[in-house]
Amino acid sequence: MGNGLARGEGVSVVAGGRSGWAARRLRLSAGLWRRPWLRAVALLTPPAAWFVVIYLAALVALFVSAFWALDPLTSKIVHSWTFDNFTQIFESSTYRTIAFRTIGIAAAVTLTCAVVALPFAYFMARIASPRLRTILFVVILVPLWVSYLARVYSWKLILAQDGLLNWTLDKLHLPNAGVAYSSWAMWIVFSYVWLPFMILPVYAAMERIPDSYLEASSDLGARGWRTMRSVVLPLVFPGLVAGSIFTFSLTLGDFITPQLVGGGKQFIGNVVYGNVGVAGNIPFAAAYATIPMMVMAIYLVIARRLGAFEAL
Amino acid sequence: MRTNGSRVALGVWTGLVTVFLLFPIVLIMVYAFNKATVQSWPITGFSIKWFTKAWHNQEIRDALWLSLKAGLLSTGIAILLGTAAAFAVHRFRFFGREVVSFVLILPLALPGIVTGMALNSSFTVAGIDLSLWTIVVGHATFCIVIVYNNALARLRRTQSSLVEASMDLGADGWQTFRFVTLPVMSTALVSGALLAFALSFDEVIVTYFTAGAQNTLPLWILGAIRHGGSTLPQVNVAVLVVILLTLIPVAISVRFARDTGVLRRR
Repeated sequence: MGNGLARGEGVSVVAGGRSGWAARRLRLSAGLWRRPWLRAVALLTPPAAWFVVIYLAALVALFVSAFWALDPLTSKIVHSWTFDNFTQIFESSTYRTIAFRTIGIAAAVTLTCAVVALPFAYFMARIASPRLRTILFVVILVPLWVSYLARVYSWKLILAQDGLLNWTLDKLHLPNAGVAYSSWAMWIVFSYVWLPFMILPVYAAMERIPDSYLEASSDLGARGWRTMRSVVLPLVFPGLVAGSIFTFSLTLGDFITPQLVGGGKQFIGNVVYGNVGVAGNIPFAAAYATIPMMVMAIYLVIARRLGAFEAL
Repeated sequence: MRTNGSRVALGVWTGLVTVFLLFPIVLIMVYAFNKATVQSWPITGFSIKWFTKAWHNQEIRDALWLSLKAGLLSTGIAILLGTAAAFAVHRFRFFGREVVSFVLILPLALPGIVTGMALNSSFTVAGIDLSLWTIVVGHATFCIVIVYNNALARLRRTQSSLVEASMDLGADGWQTFRFVTLPVMSTALVSGALLAFALSFDEVIVTYFTAGAQNTLPLWILGAIRHGGSTLPQVNVAVLVVILLTLIPVAISVRFARDTGVLRRR
C-alpha cells in the first residue's frame, strides 16, 4: 500500500516530461473526473443491462407465459391470451390444497423460528460475554453456509424409520415418533434450515436496545416478564418481521425438502417443478409460480408498514 | 430479566439451540465414514472405502467439474458487474438510484423457484438451449448481489478523499485505481468472491431450472438421494466434499472481511 502511494508521488514529479501516450491517458482520466455522469454511465451500464435484459425480462416473460396455454394435441405452447391456467388453479381442489398447505407450513415455520430465535438472540445480545458471543456467531453462521442439501439430507436420515430419533426413543422406552415422510417432518426440517435467517435480524435488533431502557423499565417497577413484553418485544418486532421475510419466502419457494422428507405431500414448488420437468407445461407452471410471487408481494408491503426494512 | 433463574433458563435454551443447529451437520459428516450401504442408526462400522469409490465415479467427477466451472465463471462475472454497480451507487447520486439498489436485492428476496422458473421460461421463449452458460447466468444473477453488498459495505467505510488526494498528486485514473482503490478494496473483493463461489457451488433450486439434463454436484446428490439404493454411501462422501468446499472459502472470507485494510474512517 505504502509502496503504491510512493510510486504515485513519483509520477507527479515527472508528470511534465511524460510521453504523448501518458499525457493522453492523464487527459482522459481528468476528463472523466470532470464529467462524473460519464463515469456513472460507464460503471452502471453493464450491471444494469445484465439485470434488465436477463433478470427483469425473465420475470416479465414468466408473467406473460402464465397467460399462454399448451396445445393438448401437439404439446406446443400456444401464444394466445387465456386465463385458463388460473381458472384451473382456482377451481381444482388439489391445487388449492397444495397452495394452502405451502402457505400454512410457511407460516408455522416462521412462527417456530421466531419462538426459538427470541430467547437465543436475547441471551446472545444481552447476557453472553463478548467471547461467548463470537462463538455463538459461528454457531449461527456455520449452518447458514453448510450446504442446504446436506442439512436436509441429514434430517432425512435422523427422522427415518431406522434413524437416530426412533433409536433414541426406543432406548428411552418411548413409542416410535412416526414423523418420517410427513408434514411434521417438513415443519421440523424447514424450521431447522431457516432458523439462522431469523436469529440474525432479531439479534441485530436486540443489540440496538440501549441498556438504559431496560434499567428504566425495572426502575419503574416492571419485573422481567413485563419488561420483556412491554419494552423488548416492541423494539425487536421489526427485526422479527425482517427475519420472517426470509423464513416465509424461503419456505414458500422450496421444493426440495418436500421431495426428500415430505412423503408425497406436495408444495407449490413441486407442482411447478413437475410441470417444467416432466409435463413440459411451462404456461401452467408459470401461472402457479405467480402465487408465491403474489403472496410475497403482499407480505413485503405489510412488512414495510411494520418497519421491517429499516431492520434489515 | 434480572433474576438468576431466567438467566440460567436462557443459557440452557441457547445451549439446546446450539446443539440443534450443529448436531445434524456433525452427524452427516460422520455418515461419510459409514461402512454399511444402508444408512441407518447406529452406525455399525467405519471405513474410508467409499471415498475411493466416489473418487473413481465418473458421474461425480463430471458433476464436480461442472460445479467448479459454473462457480468460477459466475464468480468472475459477479466480481466485474457487482463491483461496478457498487461503485456507481456509492459515488454518484443519480435518478433511479433507489430503484437500482432495490432491484439488486430482488434475487435474494424472491423465492428461488420464481427466479429459476423465470429464467427457464425466458430461455425457452428465446429458444436458448440449456447449457453451462445458462447455469452461469442463473448463478451470476444472485452472485452479483453478494459481491455488490460486500463491495458497497467496504466503500462506505473508506474515504473518497483518498481518490482526490491521489488525483491531486498527479496520478491518472488507472494509477489511482491500481494503487489506491484496488488495495483498499482487495480484501472485500476476495471475501465477496469466496462467498459468491460458495453460494454458486451449493445452489440447487435455480440450478435445477437452468441446467436441463446436466448435473452439478448438488443436483447429482439430489438425484442420488431420491433414487436411494447403493449409491447412498457415495452421496455421503459427496456431501462431505460439498460441505468442506463451501465452508472453507467462507471461513477464509470471514478472515478477509475482518481485515478492513489500512484505511478506515475511525
